[in-house]
Amino acid sequence: MSTSVLYDAPGPRAKALNWVYSGVTLVVLGFVAWLVFSKFNETGQWESEKWTPFIDADVWNNLLIPGMIETLRAFAVGSLLAMVFGFVFAVGRLSNLKFVSIPCGIVVEFFRSIPMLLLMFFIYFMQPSLGITPTSIFWAVVLGLMLYNGSVIAEIIRAGVRALPKGQEEAGVAIGLTSGQVMRTILLPQAVRSMLPAIIAQLVVLLKDTALGYVLGYSELLNQVKQLDTNFHNLIPAAIVVAVIYIALNTVLGLVATWIEGRTRRVARTAAPVGHAGAVDPVADEAALAK
Amino acid sequence: MDLFSEYGSAILEAFLLTLRLAVFSGTFALLLGVVLAVFRVSPVPVLRWIGAAIVYTFRNTPLTLVMFFALFGLVYQLHIYGPPEEVTLSLSEQNFWMAVLALSVYTSTFVCEVLRSGINTVPLGQAEAARAVGLTFSQNLRLIVLPQALRSVLNPLASVIIAMIKNTTVAVTIGVVTATGVNEASGQMRTMMENEPNQIVLIFIIFSIGFMLMTLPVGFLAGWASKKFAVIR
Repeated sequence: MSTSVLYDAPGPRAKALNWVYSGVTLVVLGFVAWLVFSKFNETGQWESEKWTPFIDADVWNNLLIPGMIETLRAFAVGSLLAMVFGFVFAVGRLSNLKFVSIPCGIVVEFFRSIPMLLLMFFIYFMQPSLGITPTSIFWAVVLGLMLYNGSVIAEIIRAGVRALPKGQEEAGVAIGLTSGQVMRTILLPQAVRSMLPAIIAQLVVLLKDTALGYVLGYSELLNQVKQLDTNFHNLIPAAIVVAVIYIALNTVLGLVATWIEGRTRRVARTAAPVGHAGAVDPVADEAALAK
Repeated sequence: MDLFSEYGSAILEAFLLTLRLAVFSGTFALLLGVVLAVFRVSPVPVLRWIGAAIVYTFRNTPLTLVMFFALFGLVYQLHIYGPPEEVTLSLSEQNFWMAVLALSVYTSTFVCEVLRSGINTVPLGQAEAARAVGLTFSQNLRLIVLPQALRSVLNPLASVIIAMIKNTTVAVTIGVVTATGVNEASGQMRTMMENEPNQIVLIFIIFSIGFMLMTLPVGFLAGWASKKFAVIR
């Protein structure tokens, strides 16, 4: 453990002290748990009719699963668009042409610096004056997600490209590739590979941000808490169940990120003798992974 | 510019409320974040587990849900202010403090992770030297490691604070208002867009500039401070 340097391996006295501290902490924790329990008791949160809805298939079929689907739909469309937006604006901002790179930079910095909720409200209320009726809540949510997270992903990709050794670009230019070809065939593949964990971390943020759709009345997971409360008067159990669903979804995404991180590190190691990841045959790499 | 003559003072009040929300939440988030970071690096396993559990839970739950739970769960269901008939706080104060609670707890987990990464940037020799001269864990952390860690994470810490300032808009979930009934910035923007459908672009620009005026100084200040207080190694 990296932080264990802060203290020595505990001797007999420190061990005893640690036990005391652990004991005190557990007592405090127990007290807090008792406080929560009795508060729940007092306000009747343990009543079985508040919890039994969650073992009812209809509740899952009619409320929770549709909510999950709506959340995942906004996530899927939003993250796809955010990736496209991120790619376009990262490449634009890295362009040698000032009249491309400067506007792209302004767009990215603007969307990064204002709250996403303002963007969603703006897109939502803008639709009637653009002649779009009926007003779509879904697209207000998804486009808001795209503009903010896309800008962040653009910066992640740009950072990835700039972190590459200068020789990569120079070698590409030296063998006669155009700057577009250098970007497409040499820089971007390496940058995306090294930045994939950061991009997925941003997708976790995007998944959490779909909950902002609640404010606009989008029928995602959080809105189902309200529906459950209307039907069963069980706001607390419903909020707990939905929080657990969010945490589970994010954990899955996190595991994907860790898996990819391990995978890319393995690639970098095998490629070490030539100094860059591009030398590895992706087919051979797949095969190596399958073993 | 009749937009300003009609809404000028409301916009100002809205941003003052947002600022108040940000100042309180930021202060509590930094304090709580330091406590969580100390928990996570402490020699007591139970404390480490508690720290990790809190951070994992709140980092993976949407702020909107945390905010929602703070008001509708803690106040309306669990009566944390006490039984409803005995509460003397006004409705606007109740909602304000619940928004502060949600924002500070949520943000503190991010502060904690930034601090922890800062602790990792402090060279091993520093902590080892501190231990060699006989400092205890808490002295080591308080006098040697945390001051250096803090100075090296000023920039990422500023990013967390900037994100928090932008996240104050999520308070619209529970409706945070001033005593005179003016919403915080995002709620005020929504009201104005509903009332003035012909001036939506202008309204959006006004509120965007308002947020930039709050976030940009934080970024510049952090950039300047991180140079001034940089640990020279």
